[in-house]
Amino acid sequence: MPRSSPPGSSARPAPLHPGAWWLWSLSLGIAATRTTNPLLLALLVVVSAYVVATCRRPTPWSHSYSAFLRLALAVLLVRLLFTVVLGSPIPGTHVLVTLPELPLPDWSQGIRLGGRLTAEALVFALYDGLKLATLLICVGAANALANPHRLLKSLPGALYELGVAVVVALTFAPHLIADVQRLRAARRLRGRPDTGVRGLLQVGLPVLEGALERSVALAAAMDARGYGRTAEVPPGVRRTTTALTLGGLLGVCAGTYGLLTAEGGTYGVPVLLAGLAAALAGLRLGGRRTPRTRYRPDRWNARSLLVAGSGAAVAAAMFLASVTDPVALHPGVVPLVAPVLPLRPAAAVLVGLLPAFLAPAPKEPS
Amino acid sequence: MIRFEDVSVTYDGACEPTVQGVDFEVPEGELVLLVGPSGVGKSTVLGAVGGLVPHFTGGTLRGRVTVAGRDTRTHKPRELADVVGTVGQDPLSHFVTDTVEDELAYGMESLGLPPAVMRRRVEETLDLLGLASLRDRPLATLSGGQQQRVAIGSVLTPHPDVLVLDEPTSALDPAAAEEVLAVLQRLVHDLGTTILMAEHRLERVVQYADQVALLPARGHAPLLGTPAEMMAVSPVCPPVVDLGRLAGWSPLPLTVRDARRRAGELRERLAGRAPTDIAPAAADGGTAPRENRAEGRTAGRLRRRTPAAPVPAHPAEVRSLSVRRAHVQALRDIDLTVRPGETVALMGRNGAGKSTLLNALVGLLEPSAGTVHVGGAQPHRTTPRDLVRRAGLVPQEPRDLLYADTVAAECRAADHDAGAAAGTCRALVDDLLPGVSDDTHPRDLSEGQRLALALAVVLTARPPLLLLDEPTRGLDYAAKARLVGLLRELAAAGHAIMLATHDVELAAELAHRVILLAEGEVIADGPAADVITSSPSFAPQVSKILAPQRWLTVAEVRKALS
Repeated sequence: MPRSSPPGSSARPAPLHPGAWWLWSLSLGIAATRTTNPLLLALLVVVSAYVVATCRRPTPWSHSYSAFLRLALAVLLVRLLFTVVLGSPIPGTHVLVTLPELPLPDWSQGIRLGGRLTAEALVFALYDGLKLATLLICVGAANALANPHRLLKSLPGALYELGVAVVVALTFAPHLIADVQRLRAARRLRGRPDTGVRGLLQVGLPVLEGALERSVALAAAMDARGYGRTAEVPPGVRRTTTALTLGGLLGVCAGTYGLLTAEGGTYGVPVLLAGLAAALAGLRLGGRRTPRTRYRPDRWNARSLLVAGSGAAVAAAMFLASVTDPVALHPGVVPLVAPVLPLRPAAAVLVGLLPAFLAPAPKEPS
Repeated sequence: MIRFEDVSVTYDGACEPTVQGVDFEVPEGELVLLVGPSGVGKSTVLGAVGGLVPHFTGGTLRGRVTVAGRDTRTHKPRELADVVGTVGQDPLSHFVTDTVEDELAYGMESLGLPPAVMRRRVEETLDLLGLASLRDRPLATLSGGQQQRVAIGSVLTPHPDVLVLDEPTSALDPAAAEEVLAVLQRLVHDLGTTILMAEHRLERVVQYADQVALLPARGHAPLLGTPAEMMAVSPVCPPVVDLGRLAGWSPLPLTVRDARRRAGELRERLAGRAPTDIAPAAADGGTAPRENRAEGRTAGRLRRRTPAAPVPAHPAEVRSLSVRRAHVQALRDIDLTVRPGETVALMGRNGAGKSTLLNALVGLLEPSAGTVHVGGAQPHRTTPRDLVRRAGLVPQEPRDLLYADTVAAECRAADHDAGAAAGTCRALVDDLLPGVSDDTHPRDLSEGQRLALALAVVLTARPPLLLLDEPTRGLDYAAKARLVGLLRELAAAGHAIMLATHDVELAAELAHRVILLAEGEVIADGPAADVITSSPSFAPQVSKILAPQRWLTVAEVRKALS
């Protein structure tokens, strides 16, 4: 729809709600937990990577994606290594190699070091590791696409202080790393080697000192800018807030207990729901104590809903498929069979590409 | 607007009050400048306005401070947030959020202003401070001047009646400093904001002040008066005032313009004489440093300690050097040779590549093209142990160089690192910092003392090339004068010195040669007198007053007249 807008502002569509990105990525991650089919998992990874490549903006946190990729790879390798070294309970006939087995004392029954390595065990470990790696990559996508700070800004008012604590902690890590780099560089100026573990240890104390000083300075700056101002609320409201929050949390605990024990099947769900409602009401009422307002809050617009919805659709389709067609989603390991790409779940995964067309990152003016 | 009633502040563990008998009033809509040597409690007075002293720093405040009628004893800083905006020395430690726009809105969010008002004020402030093009930028990627402006903007948005600023221009290049000061003046004139600020670089700010509060010494009561009155008695004063005192002008001029209008007679007296340059002009031909110049105990010791054997290679030789950092071309095609005994000032706006060049010279950064040789070796391929004997860098934050918890331990470590005889560093410390005891913690030293200690640590290895990054940040005029004397002696003893600085007065006093950098390229390189007098923003005050004659410092004029 062509709309006249002042020049310069038309190029920037409103960014999506960060919650939408988190819902989309976590849905993809949940979808990944439903299957061990390597083809479907690879498809999930490709979909999330494509969306990250098209939608991420040039921000400091968007660089975290590659870190998550490396972490996922490491997890996969560790999982395989454990299978090789510790063996696996998966029975198998295709022996690839027989490693020398360490004799272990009797009390360590069930643990094995070395021994036969079968193809079945290796493939099972690969599928299993791939599932975990995909989940990690999806979380990494969320980190790269949505500013974690903005997500915390969407917390209800009563939880605001908790959110600030997390934000401060999040910005602290990069500062700490910069400090370590600067002080290691300074070691070079003193004529000491600037690499190695010893170098790192010796800068530890000055770095911590600096971190402490900075947090005190930050606390002073925040206080001077009005952080923690409270509004006067009538005592009645205050007491109601306390009663609602405490009662609600008790209700949640009791409800969960009811759900988990066999006898409490009848009262579990209603108590849990009532407790949840009371706790939420308490939070809402507690928000009155903080007079804060929000500057340009992120809104749930149609695009945000579509993005979140596309992720949810992938997760739902995968759940459905795991019920109707469990064989295709979990390709057999014993006996070994080549995995087949089930068409319908694969098509459903492609729905997850929707954000790439809905919210591509704006082109950098060159 | 701000009222101090017989205020004294004693910090915990201190035996005597840091400030005492502070009793003055800042009327609404005035810009009051707080001046005094470092360590007299300027920051304490500023902190007391916003309630950070004593609510955050601890200690005991006697007397009463009221701001817009609110007593800081009964109001915590957060309850004063709507009337007082405070910006400390380091803008980075002031930031709570991570982008420019969020930072500007943060204070208003805390105060609970309606969203429509917040949006309007953020836009207004972006325009007022010229930040509109930076609105989405992460704060960590901004230059020093931009960060300072964001920090000021972030306390402006709640429309406080009072603004408290601690050294708002010390870290800025001359142009950025003028930008910030222009904004402050606009606030005072157009919005009636009351401003109380402390600043060491008086030459930049004194002409904007309506009144000056002078803290003459630690524990002394402040004097309040017009800038001209106060400058006449102040132990710290800018060169324009110093020149006025020398020429006996009354009332003292505060601006270059005032001084120029009275300088006719002085120019005539100076007409026949040429500046007997205090520094040899080594830029063109590498004149041998004059040995007769260095006098006194320190110089003698320094000269004895300097490498006597002639260094075969130049202290620093840079050929078509380019450095890329994080996709930014920080340096482009730099050619540079530094000779023994030469003092070079690197100038240019924040982010022009000055620190990058210094870091490349000590091998902290690897050249992406071209070569760097320091005393014949490539610094980034040299082991740190070997490198400290070729080049020494005192970084912007001298504290980074100091690890130990006593001065004595620091000196022992420095002797060990440099492979020097035991006691070498301690002897240097005695020269540079007389009267500092062995068991002092480096953190308890003043800014200037810490710089001197870091300098002693670096000099322990006797590097022929000495690099200093922004050495005068946070130094008062007295500490600066000591530093200037010391660096002159070192240059006379044959050390090549290179300093990156925004301080034009320092460059004028010290440098033989000035290199101007812009966007990583050398745009001017020549004798100090030529380069800095030809640029209006880098010219020192004396040269502006006495142009077209080429005098750079008050000391030169004083010498010519005597």
